This record gives sequence, structure tokens and C-alpha cells, in this order.
Amino acid sequence: MSFRNVGIVYRKELTEAIRDRRTVISTILVPLLLFPVLSVGFGSLAVMLVGKAKEETPKVMLLGGADSPAVVDGLKKLDKIEIVPATPDWKDQIINKEVRAAVEIPAGFQTDVAQQKSETVKIYNYEGELKSEFATEKVDTYMKQYRDTVVKERLAAKNLPETVLNPFDVKQENVAPPEKVSGAALGGIIGYMVILLCMTGAMYPAMDLTAGEKERGTMETILSSPISRTHLVLGKFFLILTAALGTAALSVLSMGVSFSVLSHYTSQSAGGRAAAAGLLLHLGPKTVASVFLMALPIAVLFSAVLMTIALFAKTYKEAQSYLTPMTFVVIIPAIAAMLPGVELTSKLSLIPILGTSLLCKELVAGTYHWNLIALIFTSNCVYAAVALLIAIKMFQRESVLFRS
Amino acid sequence: MIDARGLSKRFQDKKRGEIRAVDNVSFQCQPGKIYGLLGANGAGKTTTLRMLATILEPTDGTAIICGYDVVEQAEKVRANVGFLSTATALYRRLTAQEFVEYVGRLNGLDEPTLKKRIDDIFNRLDMNGFRDRRCDKLSTGMMQKTSIARTLVHDPPVMIFDEPTNGLDIMTAHTITAFIRECRNNGKTVIFSTHIMSEVEKLCDTIGIIQSGKLLVEGTLAQLRDKYSEHDLEEIFVKVVTPHYVAEENN
Repeated sequence: MSFRNVGIVYRKELTEAIRDRRTVISTILVPLLLFPVLSVGFGSLAVMLVGKAKEETPKVMLLGGADSPAVVDGLKKLDKIEIVPATPDWKDQIINKEVRAAVEIPAGFQTDVAQQKSETVKIYNYEGELKSEFATEKVDTYMKQYRDTVVKERLAAKNLPETVLNPFDVKQENVAPPEKVSGAALGGIIGYMVILLCMTGAMYPAMDLTAGEKERGTMETILSSPISRTHLVLGKFFLILTAALGTAALSVLSMGVSFSVLSHYTSQSAGGRAAAAGLLLHLGPKTVASVFLMALPIAVLFSAVLMTIALFAKTYKEAQSYLTPMTFVVIIPAIAAMLPGVELTSKLSLIPILGTSLLCKELVAGTYHWNLIALIFTSNCVYAAVALLIAIKMFQRESVLFRS
Repeated sequence: MIDARGLSKRFQDKKRGEIRAVDNVSFQCQPGKIYGLLGANGAGKTTTLRMLATILEPTDGTAIICGYDVVEQAEKVRANVGFLSTATALYRRLTAQEFVEYVGRLNGLDEPTLKKRIDDIFNRLDMNGFRDRRCDKLSTGMMQKTSIARTLVHDPPVMIFDEPTNGLDIMTAHTITAFIRECRNNGKTVIFSTHIMSEVEKLCDTIGIIQSGKLLVEGTLAQLRDKYSEHDLEEIFVKVVTPHYVAEENN
């Protein structure tokens, strides 16, 4: 096989791709800008909104409590809470966000507590509303502290140690290395991202180099030159593969940089995102290379399948309508791998996208099941080879190239 | 030379069943001569020429071009053929020079030869003013010149033109017809299809009239005039084609 011609086609397709605004946007700009915008942008927005919510002094309505001055005084002394007197429409005020919560002190509360009678303090709030939850949390913490004080006083009165109520402690301690913990929590995302972005990166050039070429009338030009159709399809295929892997690589790079920038600014307030940044920084070149190596046959598979499907279309728009549903075919198994409890087995390894996604999760967690790695890599290589052979066969078929 | 031997092409159509686009067509084109394939729209001209250019494979029969079989040695045939039609567009994001270079490289030319060939062609066709301009920024005339340069870059001995002036303005069409004549004068074997009678009268050494995929008659213009006792080629064409056209319409 002469790779000279494959190289000539590849270089020409690359030149055209670089000069095409749509290709540059979909394979370079979108992956580079997507994560900074999504993570830093939305992350910062979330942090800002949470900060703003915390800064606000919420109004909490006091229902009852006239005969429990100590509790009421304690509540009034709480930082950043404004206690307002009761009104009959307190429920509506909570719903309309005029008041963030209401605390109901039952009649004779303090006396009942002193006489060791059981009482219930109720906190009314707007569930899921951030500012209401902050207010609730503050009141709840205060009431629990008050209860602990009462308990301590009762124990002290009877000369009993505190251990009477707390004979022993239960503690959980993680022994898994931090990268495995992060891997289990966030590792699935890396595989999912790489796989999905390989797909989106391949999609536009796959359409442009097949249906687009038919639509622009250059297919007949190239078919009248002495290059074999196998070389032609391989040159195009390698460009699509480059776009797929390039998009995924740029996205991971952009994601890493975005998260590390984000973690720098939000290390205290946004624990989850900081953990993600930590994970990415922790990944190191070996894990990233492993993930990409495992994604390679998947990228080959996508490139060949997308190119074959797009080749059937007569126009770019028709190709779009064929390829858009393919996104769902990819997303579903990739998401399935992120579900808790789905673990890598030899059977699942044989399902193209699911197997790779699950394996990426393991790789990020630092676990290398060599037998499954071999199985997944080999099976994906077989699928990719079959897809590429079909693509080459389709390029020989006049009914596909000149479909009317 | 071109030696078409019983070329046939059948297509399957869901509604109409089997379509014989080209049916057992045989003819010969000699070096230094222009063979004109004359026919109405849908007569089978484009399919015939596409088979000669190996873009389509014959269902039956074959053609020998410069000693190579279009079925068995398609790539070698393509290396000896320059194919030009209004359907062979340019790569819009490449410059005129890059486009011609690309085709030259695919034809196996080494870089020094390619450079010399491109300089020669661009000088001859007066293309230096737009050689670095992207093809999507070229005028129709410039595009046609670039297409011509593309067909010439590997200096093929056989030229195939499929309705090359279709839809072009007079000046651009004139450039093309002058180029076809030049090919003949340079000893190339030329075949071209058209439905424009005046072009055939001006250019062709041999004329073949095709209808319903069948080559109905062929000869020099003088021979056809004698045979049908008509001077006007259009009248000759109508006389030849009408019975087949009517039969086809009835079917």
C-alpha cells in the first residue's frame, strides 16, 4: 500500500479543515472555551451566588416564645439573623420569600424543659431555597446547642459524667488512596468526556469530507484522479480521526486548566470542584496517556462509522439529520458507566462504549485490570477495523457515491 | 487512443426497475482527433464518459484507453486521462496553485517536475495573477482555467470533456473550445459530449449520435450529411433520434 497518496490526501484535507471556520470552531474553539465558560464561569457564578446568599441577614419569624425569654434572647443574639415578630400570614411570607424561616416555640417551653417534659420546637422553611436553608441551619444549630446545654446541666445535677449518654464513638476512616477515592467519585466523567468529545470532534469533518464534498461537486474531481479509492478514504479517515482526538485532547487540557484555576479561587467554598481540580492535577501524564490509548480504538470506530453514514447522504444537511441521533447512541452507554454500582466485568467489556467508559473510571482510580484492558482494547480494535473496512467498501460503491 | 467495446451500464431504479443508461456502445477515438458524442439530455453521454474516466464501472463490455483496460486497470487509465466537466468542481478552500499541485501529486509527479509543469501551464493560460487566490474567490472564467490546468498537469494523452461549456458565458465557453482544439493540435485523443450543434460542427472530426443509451450512428460531418441528405446538423440529429425518442416516450 502506498502511504504517499494517503499522506497527500491527509495534508490537503488538513489544509482545507484549518481554513474552514466551522471546523475550527467545532474542533478547536469550542473545546478550548467550553470548559472555562462552563466551569470557571458557572462555578464562579455559583460561588458568587452562594456567597451573596450567606451575606444576607435573613429574617426569621418568631412564633410564640413569650414565656421563654432565655431561648428568645439567645435567638436574638444570633449573628446575621433578624428576628421579626409573628404575623398571621407567616406561611405566605415564607413562600413569598419575605421571611426566610419561622421558628415556633411552644407555650411554656422553658418551664416544660425545666420540668423535664418533652417538647418540640418547629422550624418552618422553604425547602430547596438556598437562603431559607441557611436561616434554618442557623436556628437549628442554636436549638441543638441549647438542648446540649440542658442535657449537660441535668447530668451535672445528678453527678453523672457525659459518657453516660455517649458510651462510645463511631468513626469512619478512609484507607483508600486519595486518587482512588477521587477516581470512584469523578473518574467516570473523564472517560465520558473523552468518548463524547471524540464523537463530537469527528462529526463535523465526517460530514464535510463526504456529503459536503458531494454537495460541492468535488467528489467527481477527485474520483477522476489516479488515486485509489482505498487511499482516498484512508486520507479522509485519518483527518477525521485527528479531529476526534484533537478535540478530546484540547478539551481535557482545557478542563484541567479551568479546574485548577477554579480550585485556586474557590478552594474553601466549592469543595466538589476543588476535588475535581485535585483529581485532574493528580492524574498525571501516565493516566491521561492510558485513557487516550484506550480511547484510540473508540475514536477510530467513531471516525469510520460517522464517515460511512455521512457518505450515504447527498448533502451536508441530510448528513446532519443522520448523524445527530448518533449522539444519543454514544451518550447512553457512556452515562451508564457513571451510574453507581456499575462495575467493569468481562461481559460489559465487550460493549464498545460502555466497556471503555468503565475502564477509564478504573484507570483514573489507578486500577489496572490487565486482562480486561487487553480484552477491551482488542475488541474495540476489531470493531474499529470492521467499521473502517465497511467505510472503504462503501467508497467503492457507485450506488453510495452517486446516490440520486 | 480510446477503444470502447460494447460498453453497457444498467442501473436499478425502485420505481422504473432496470434502466439501461448505456447499451452496448462501441466506438474508437484516434490521437489528434476529436470525437463528439452528441445526444439529448439523459441520452447516456455522461454515463459513457464517466465509464471511460473510470468513475463508473461498466456493467458489461469495457474500453481500452492507451492500452489499459478501464475495468481491470482503472488507476492506470486515470493517470492517462484528463477529465473535465461542469460537475468537476474545485476545492474552494485551496488556492488555484494548491489545487493543481494536489492533483499533480496524486498523479505521481515529483516536486521539481510538478513546479515546472505548473509554471508552464500557469504562464500559458495566463493564470499567474490569481495563482495564490482561493478558488472560492475566483470568477467563472478563472475557475474554468483552473479546471483546465488541473486536467493538464499530468499531461495526459487522452482528454475527456463532458458538456464542458454547459451553463458558461460566451467568453468562458470560447476559452474551453479553444483549449479542446489545442489538445487535438498537440496530438491528444479527445472525446467530448454536448448537445450544442454548433460546437460539434466547429470541433469534431467524428460525430456519434447517442439516444436511449444506444449509439445510433457515427461518422464525419460530411458522411452524416450525405447519408441523411441534410446539411444542417440539427436536422440530421432530429432525423436520427426521433423514432427512438418517440418509442422511449411511449414506453
